[in-house]
Amino acid sequence: MHYHWNWSIFWQMTPEGTGTYLHTLLVGLVWTLATGLAAWVIALVLGSILGVIRTAPSRWAAAIGNLYVDVFRNIPLLVQMFLWFFVLPELLPKSLGTAIKQMPPPWASFVPAVLCLGFFTAARVAEQVRAGIQALPRGQRMAGTALGLTLPQTYRFVLMPMTYRIILPPLTSEFLNVIKNSSVALTIGVVELTAAARAMQEFSFQVFEAFTAATIIYIITNICVVFAMRWVERRVAVPGFIGPAVHGGGH
Amino acid sequence: MFGRFDWHEIWINLPYLMKTGMTFTLTLTALVVVGGVIFGTILALMRLSSIKPVSIIATAYINLMRSVPLVLVIFWFYFLVPYIGAWITGADRPVQVGAFLSSVITFTMFEAAYYAEIMRAGIQSISRGQFWAGYALGLNYWQTMGKIVLPQAFRNMVPILLTQTIVMFQDTSLVYVLSITDFLGAASKVAERDGRLVEMYLFVAAVYFVICIVGSYAVRHLQRRIAIIR
Repeated sequence: MHYHWNWSIFWQMTPEGTGTYLHTLLVGLVWTLATGLAAWVIALVLGSILGVIRTAPSRWAAAIGNLYVDVFRNIPLLVQMFLWFFVLPELLPKSLGTAIKQMPPPWASFVPAVLCLGFFTAARVAEQVRAGIQALPRGQRMAGTALGLTLPQTYRFVLMPMTYRIILPPLTSEFLNVIKNSSVALTIGVVELTAAARAMQEFSFQVFEAFTAATIIYIITNICVVFAMRWVERRVAVPGFIGPAVHGGGH
Repeated sequence: MFGRFDWHEIWINLPYLMKTGMTFTLTLTALVVVGGVIFGTILALMRLSSIKPVSIIATAYINLMRSVPLVLVIFWFYFLVPYIGAWITGADRPVQVGAFLSSVITFTMFEAAYYAEIMRAGIQSISRGQFWAGYALGLNYWQTMGKIVLPQAFRNMVPILLTQTIVMFQDTSLVYVLSITDFLGAASKVAERDGRLVEMYLFVAAVYFVICIVGSYAVRHLQRRIAIIR
């Protein structure tokens, strides 16, 4: 059993001649972050809307929100990825489906990957937003109504500002999850960090150097996100109010 | 749009999808639950240990597993396990491990980190008085843990452990990246052979959805029953 370690591999050129192996990995990281951030925007907007309507007085709205969460949480992410990439273009009108399939190389897989991760994570964000709203004392909603605010105004000015502060810690772990989950996009051809490490392993045969580097880059990214979010938490903290630290699991 | 949907395609491939694919997925899930909860409980005990190095090692392992994507962990173990096998058996070349064994090891090692955090919360939910009562009765650490604390911790955490298991059941589909024939892998092979991607992937999604939603509601039901008893 002999494995030849070669840590200088990172400074060697790839056979494609576009740069060093380290460069390949860093380009992968950029795609990971781009996928994760774009999906996070969708997840935050859609998840907030769904979370709000699940606590709204309308029974129908709540049912739609619950159905959405059930559907997107009970189908594996990888299967959802295939549905967006392979199945959706077939079900759309022919011209639109063809247009999607003929998008130039990185976008044809990047766009479905972002939509998939965004809609998948929205279900998780919706769950946190609902829990956050329900964790608020009932008096807050009543106070809003007593002040003469309409229901949307009560949500906008009274409930949501507190909700987001309460759910910041679980939202942080959901953001970390979306970055990790972006690795699933390699199955439909997005060359993000894990795919870049895999490509490096295939070209250079230095398996463990490639994966070690990818692991370290993921850990550093995680640490940066955690520190940034802690800073945000301190910035927006309401004096005298400590939110419950509910941590969501999943990956 | 469903006019061309070929139900017959699903019907004729059902035996292959279920016998080869679903059997793999369910066997893998079952083995990983058992292995993961056992290893996870050990990790949780290590993390809560008063011996500093033990606790640091467990914490580092759990944090490492939780900050890396599962896909990368699958690749890691796929290449690492043959070398570890060679190291254990003293062979001079990497030992060939089958796809199934490799998956079981990977998911057990990965899920244990998540089960460990659940078990840690469970152990910490047991009041300190229970430990002291155990020691006061003259039981040692292992007896107190094994006979008093862990049974209660485990019981309190059963709903969360099961929810994590449903997540893990879905995650096993990621063995697709190693071209393994699990449920999704089997469907994908048929889909590509026959050019029936729409039928196969919608069917796979529906089957996963039904299994997981039934599982989720069963867990919720169980949670309510346990809550009343407590």
